[in-house]
Amino acid sequence: MSIEEKQNFPTYQDSDSKEYPQNEREVSSIIKKFYKSNVPIELIGSGSKKKIGKPLQCSKTLSLSNLNGIIEYLPEELYIKVKACTLIKQIEEELKKNKQQLAFEPIDFGYLLNGKSDYGTAAGQIACNISGPRRFKVGSIRDHVLGFRGVNGKGEIIKSGGVVVKNVTGYDLSKLICGSYGTLVALTEITFKVLPAPATSETLIIYNQKIESAFDFLDKAISSSNDISGAIFLPKEPEVPGCVMNIEKTFKLNDLKQEGSLTAIRIEGSKNSIDQRIKNLIDELKIINFNISILETHQSEIFWNKVKCLEFFSSSKNNILRIVIPPSECVKLVYQLSNKYKYYLDWGGALMWMEAFELSEEMFESIRKKVVKLGGYVTMIKNSDYLPYVEDVFTISRDRFNISQNIKKSFDPKRILNPDKMYAGI
Amino acid sequence: MTKLAMPKIDRKLISIKSDIIADLKKIVKIENVLDHEDETRPFETDALSAYKQKPLAVVFAENTKEVSKILAYCNQARIKIVPRGAGTGLSGGALPLEDSILLCLGKFNKIIDIDYKNRCVVAQPGVTNLSITQAVEDKGFYYAPDPSSQIACSIGGNVAENSGGIHSLKYGTTTNNLLGVEVVFMDGTISRLGGKTYDSEGYDLLGLIAGSEGLLCVITEITVKILKKPQAVKAALIGFPTIEYGGKCVSAIIASGIIPAGMEMMDKALIHATDNFVKAGYPRDAESMLIVELDGTETEVDELIERVHKIAKKNKSSSIKISKNEKQRLKFWAGRKAAFPACGDMAPDYYCMDGTIPRGKLAEVLNEIGRLSKKYNLPVANAFHAGDGNLHPLIMYDANEKNSLEKTEKFGADILKYCVKVGGVLTGEHGVGVEKRELMCEMFNNNDIQQQIKIKKALDVNSLLNPGKVYPILRKCAEEGRIHVHRGKTKFSDIPRF
Repeated sequence: MSIEEKQNFPTYQDSDSKEYPQNEREVSSIIKKFYKSNVPIELIGSGSKKKIGKPLQCSKTLSLSNLNGIIEYLPEELYIKVKACTLIKQIEEELKKNKQQLAFEPIDFGYLLNGKSDYGTAAGQIACNISGPRRFKVGSIRDHVLGFRGVNGKGEIIKSGGVVVKNVTGYDLSKLICGSYGTLVALTEITFKVLPAPATSETLIIYNQKIESAFDFLDKAISSSNDISGAIFLPKEPEVPGCVMNIEKTFKLNDLKQEGSLTAIRIEGSKNSIDQRIKNLIDELKIINFNISILETHQSEIFWNKVKCLEFFSSSKNNILRIVIPPSECVKLVYQLSNKYKYYLDWGGALMWMEAFELSEEMFESIRKKVVKLGGYVTMIKNSDYLPYVEDVFTISRDRFNISQNIKKSFDPKRILNPDKMYAGI
Repeated sequence: MTKLAMPKIDRKLISIKSDIIADLKKIVKIENVLDHEDETRPFETDALSAYKQKPLAVVFAENTKEVSKILAYCNQARIKIVPRGAGTGLSGGALPLEDSILLCLGKFNKIIDIDYKNRCVVAQPGVTNLSITQAVEDKGFYYAPDPSSQIACSIGGNVAENSGGIHSLKYGTTTNNLLGVEVVFMDGTISRLGGKTYDSEGYDLLGLIAGSEGLLCVITEITVKILKKPQAVKAALIGFPTIEYGGKCVSAIIASGIIPAGMEMMDKALIHATDNFVKAGYPRDAESMLIVELDGTETEVDELIERVHKIAKKNKSSSIKISKNEKQRLKFWAGRKAAFPACGDMAPDYYCMDGTIPRGKLAEVLNEIGRLSKKYNLPVANAFHAGDGNLHPLIMYDANEKNSLEKTEKFGADILKYCVKVGGVLTGEHGVGVEKRELMCEMFNNNDIQQQIKIKKALDVNSLLNPGKVYPILRKCAEEGRIHVHRGKTKFSDIPRF
């Protein structure tokens, strides 16, 4: 490709197009410069989730990767303050030393999007606000951000929140920036709420074939007082051409004794408490007629790690969709999609991860219609060679679009931060 | 009553009051518009009763369409709106303005849907917090956030203020238990945000609106999460010879990996006041006292209680009682829950503050409050949601004494400034309202506040929704030297400046 051709190519970037600020002040002055000259910029951290959202066509890239490091960690105060692009792995390792954790279970999108493990950075997790299996119990990422500092689209340094959990001083902008895909501020500093890591974890596996019984188990388990922290259904894989069948390959665990569909319920806490709760669940779910097995701590951790990191889809060359619906509607949705897709249910039925072979944009929109009608939304997480681009990656209604556009303007009046990353015009 | 700067009064609106009333009566039922002085007087204040102001009119809407029409009409006629739920707010968030319409949501008092399959309740904003729990407790469910006013406060007000309660550390505040809302913006647009799903896509407008103190929209419907009640709940009542030991015990419990359902602390003044009031059996010789509540399965709670017992002993506790049954547990709480009326018994008036601090700074902050108490010569009793760092000093005073409220407010402001100094915040659950408005610059600089005001303008172009609340009107930033103030006068003094 000639230089001229390269420059005309929509994603072309010359080697000088990347800026690497060393600190917040530099982030501010770079954005101020681009604000003045009306230059749109792409914000990136480690790039682990770069592929989620609409492709950007910015002439400049602002890498925040040099803003990394733990600023302050006070285990007894249950918070950790980090520079925005501190690696999640580093944070988790530090927390582990004090038997604490980020309870929302950061997802490793690396397997799915880039073929190898990569949790990415704190800012990246916040930008996407996609939480792991424990979400229904502890809340999502947005519930674990206590405060932040960042730079808005005019280059102004702003902050919100603090280091304490109970805080109603001013608007809660920490929530607003979660899931904003870098379209509102370039984050520079983040304070996470941290929680004690459970002493142990075990998983009750029920070998049931039908989704109806699975939903019944998941519903009863979450609605019980047994305080469960994971609730998924892995269906026997549908005969879908082009989808790699790899449940057994993914979950090679000694105590997973039977092939086919399964429901998995995680219980965390002290050993005695777990034993009591598993006993309660076996009674309350009336699973006497089903084969069950219990995954002890070690296997349980491996199992949920694989679920969380979407390893189920890791070798997929197809489109991957993330569907969130009211849990009561999951069975209906599965039937409406006529088992045409490979999927599994998380969050007790409130979340469906789906792999679609040879998906067309029309089919995607038809899925979206069904999902919206049931009160949910769908996101295209990964494109494929077959469908490399969709117009609407995210779902939004007209009135919410209008509000969002006004919010965007209030942070980034010239739309220079990740323009169109979420929606055209935002 | 101290003087409070509010946005400039639009005299023209007051002169055409009768026309406005006539227009409003075309939108809602005639009996739902109150404008006679005798009718509007009950609405002149909320629970921050030091400030009073009668509005132009009080309007009760009965449905979302009416709210939309009222807002669209007021937006067009440039009339200010102050939304009001049950009026139990402690920061003056529902204080009317002379030229405003007070929009009451009291008639939105129905629970619309109880959905056990999705573990949520859909309610109108005027429904009280407690009645949500009451509606689902026969099936063993409850709604977790439990502000102390839960018997009277409305769920709409809870969302507007992002109310907490004593179980916030483990179960979160309102925002963490909120799934969806229907709201009306100032231009009359009706919008649904969230629903029965987790984490709606796009900007988290739900998160923005929770705690926005009625400045961004009027809430007309709310969907909240409900939880199954834990199998067992037990409480420990622990006395300490000093405040420091009590504070250290709080940190030690958290550091050991225990997240109690509730952890409350009281100082000696309040132990005595509440024990006199309800005979709760509190350790009267203790300088500080903790109530630690633990919930979960039977085995888990027994294990945790045992661990808390050991930690308390290590931290020199002078007495420990463990609740043997539900009756005793509730008795432990009876005193704490009577903290406010007990203080009312000790002095003609009291003023409740609401800062949050990092837990480890407790002893330091309480010592400072003690010093300030001597300086201002006003007694103070301290209640503390120790689990989440939320401090409620109750300053006792006599409003009949000249300048006593001003003195009390100064004392309160000094406490809050100190909370910010040690890394805390101005308000944990009561909101900024008019009360802490002028202190906002203690926590935020010009850029921070301007960003928030831009968001407000993005959703309420004419700044008509609940003006004069949350953001400082003038004073603070002048102190920062950005504006030259001559004898307290500036041009366009109704425009917020920082």
